[in-house]
Amino acid sequence: MTNLPLKKNISRHPAFWINTIALVLLAVVPPVLFISGQPFWLDVFTRLVILALAATALNLILGFGGLVSFGHAAYLGLGAYAVGIPVYHSLYGGMDSIASFNGFLHIGLAVGISALFALLTGAISLRTRGVNFIMITMAFGQMIFYAIVALENYGGDDGLTIDVRSEFPLISLDNPLTLYTVCYLSLLLVLLIVYRITRSRFGLTLQGARSNEQRMRSLGINCYRYQLIAFVISGAICGYAGFLLGNFTTFISPEMMDWTRSGELMFMVILGGAAFLLGPVFGAAVFILLEQLLREVTIHWHLPFGILLILSVLFFNGGLAGAVSRLRSFKNQ
Amino acid sequence: MDTSLLFIQLLNGMQLGILLFLLSAGLTLTFGIMDFVNLSHGSLYMLGAFICASLTQLTGSFILAALLAIPLTALCGLIIELVVVRQLYSRHHLDHVLATFGLILCLDTLAEMIWGPAGIAIPLPAFLNGQVEVFSGVVIPTFRLLIITVGLTAAAGLYLLVNHTKIGMLIRAGASNRTMVGALGVDIKTLFTGVFALGAGLAGLAGLLVAPIAEASIGMGNEIIITTFVVIIIGGIGSMKGAFIAALLIGLIDTLGRSYLDDLFKLIMSSEAAETAAPAISAMLIYLLMAVILAIRPQGLFPAASR
Repeated sequence: MTNLPLKKNISRHPAFWINTIALVLLAVVPPVLFISGQPFWLDVFTRLVILALAATALNLILGFGGLVSFGHAAYLGLGAYAVGIPVYHSLYGGMDSIASFNGFLHIGLAVGISALFALLTGAISLRTRGVNFIMITMAFGQMIFYAIVALENYGGDDGLTIDVRSEFPLISLDNPLTLYTVCYLSLLLVLLIVYRITRSRFGLTLQGARSNEQRMRSLGINCYRYQLIAFVISGAICGYAGFLLGNFTTFISPEMMDWTRSGELMFMVILGGAAFLLGPVFGAAVFILLEQLLREVTIHWHLPFGILLILSVLFFNGGLAGAVSRLRSFKNQ
Repeated sequence: MDTSLLFIQLLNGMQLGILLFLLSAGLTLTFGIMDFVNLSHGSLYMLGAFICASLTQLTGSFILAALLAIPLTALCGLIIELVVVRQLYSRHHLDHVLATFGLILCLDTLAEMIWGPAGIAIPLPAFLNGQVEVFSGVVIPTFRLLIITVGLTAAAGLYLLVNHTKIGMLIRAGASNRTMVGALGVDIKTLFTGVFALGAGLAGLAGLLVAPIAEASIGMGNEIIITTFVVIIIGGIGSMKGAFIAALLIGLIDTLGRSYLDDLFKLIMSSEAAETAAPAISAMLIYLLMAVILAIRPQGLFPAASR
C-alpha cells in the first residue's frame, strides 16, 4: 500500500508531487475549458469530482477499513432525494416541515439521513465478514432502491426533476462554474477530513483492524465500534456527494442508486488503489474519462469497458497506485 | 378473506420461491465448493431466457427449445469458467466481485448486440397455455404449475446428485477440504468447471421458465440476483437446505406482502396512508426480514457445518 510517510519530509516523497499536480490540474483545467467555450467538459469534470468525492468516502471503509461495502450508491441516492423531495414540496405543497429551497437544510437532511441509514444497516452488517458483508450491504442498498421505486409521489421509477437548485446566500449553484468550484472545494475538504482520520488514533485502529482484527481485539480494542463509526462517517460523506449530484444533474431517479452504480464506485476505488488517499480521485478520473472516450467510439461501450475491468482485475492487481509502486521498486532494484 | 385468491397467491409465491431456489442452488454450489462469489450468475439466467426465445422462434417448439437451451447455457458457463473464473479462485473475494461485475457488463452488452434492446416474448404451446382447475372454483395457469413441478423435480434431482452419487460425494468433499481432495488424486479443476457449468445450467433453466411469463429482457438477471443473495444470506451461505427453505420463504413473503400488506395496514391506519406506505414497505419487506434474521443469527438460518 502506498501511504504517505509520517515523517516531516513529506514534500520529498514523489506521491506528494503527483497528488499536488493532480489536484492543481483539477482546479485549473475545467474552468479554463469552460471559459474557452467547452462547457461539455466542465460537466464531465463536475461529475468526475462528485464521484471522486463519493469514492473517497467509500475508500475510508473499503481501503482503510478493509470492509467491502457494495451498497454505497444508496447514499448517493439518499443525498440526491434529500434535495429533490424538499424542493418538490415547496413547489407543489405538502409536508410543510421539510418543504424548503434552503441548501443548508438539504445538506443537513442528506448527511443526517445517510448517517442514520449507515448506522442502522452498519450495525447489522458489521456483525458479519467477507462474502456475507458484501452481499448484505448490497441487499440493503437495493432495499432503498426499491423503496424509492415504490414511492409513486416522487415519480417512482420515472424519477424526479429538481426544478430549483438548493439556495445559498451569496452564491448560485445555477452557474456551472460556481457549482464546479463548490464540488472541487468539497472534494478538497473531504480529502483533508479522510487524511486527518487516517492519521488519527481512530484511523490507525481502523487500519489495524483491517490487517489483523484478532490482534486488535486481544489488545482490548472493540473493533466493531471503530468500524461502525467509520461506516457512518463514510455513509454521511457519500450522502453529501449525493446532495451535490442532485444539484448537478437536476434529474434524479432510482437508477442512480442501482447496485451496479455501487459496483462502479467500488471499481473507482480499486482502480486507483485502495487505502491510498488520492487513489479514488485517480480511479474516478480514469473511469469517467475512459467511459467518455468509449462512448464516442461505440454505443456498446459497456463491452470494451467490461473487458477492461476484467483485465484490470486479472493483471493489474493493486490499482494504479500499486502499479506505480511496483514500477518504483523495480527501478530501485 | 377470499380463500381461492389466497390459494392462488400462495402458488405464485411458491413459483417465485422455486425460481429463486434454482438460482441460489447454482450460487451455493459455486460458493460452497469453490469459495467463489459470482455476481454474473444473473446474466446466465438472462442468457437462458434469450437462448430459449431464439430457439423457440427457430424450431417452433418451446419444449424442444427449452431442452436445448439448458445445455447451451451450461456451455456458456463452461466457457466463462475456463476464460475468466478459473484465474480467480486463489484471489480475494473483492477480485471475484469486481471481475464478475465486469462480466455482467460484457454479457449484458453482448446480449443487447445479439438480441436487441427490446425484450423477446416466448409464445407457449396450446397445451401449456391453458388453465387447470385444481379444485372447484380455483383455476390456475397450467404453465405456473409446470414451473413448480419442474423446479421441485430439479431440486429433488440436485438432492440425489449431491447426496447419493459419486460426483456428489466429490462435491461435498471438495466443499469441506479442497486441497485434500486434490491430493487424493481427484482432478479438482475439472470438477470445479463441471460444477460451475451445472450452476449455469440451473440458472438458464430458471431464466427460460420465467421468459414465457415475463419475456426475456436485458438486465433481467441484475434484478433477481440481489433477491437471490438475500435468499442465500437468510438460508446460511453455502447450505443447500438453507437455500431451499429460504427461497420458498422469500417467494411466499414477497408475493403475499405485495398482495395483502395494504389490507393489513388499513386495519391500523387511514386507507390513504396505507396506500402510500404499503407499496414501499412491501418492496422492502424481504430486506427487513433479512435484517431481523441477521440481527438474531448473523450466520443465517442453516449455516453450512464445514465453515
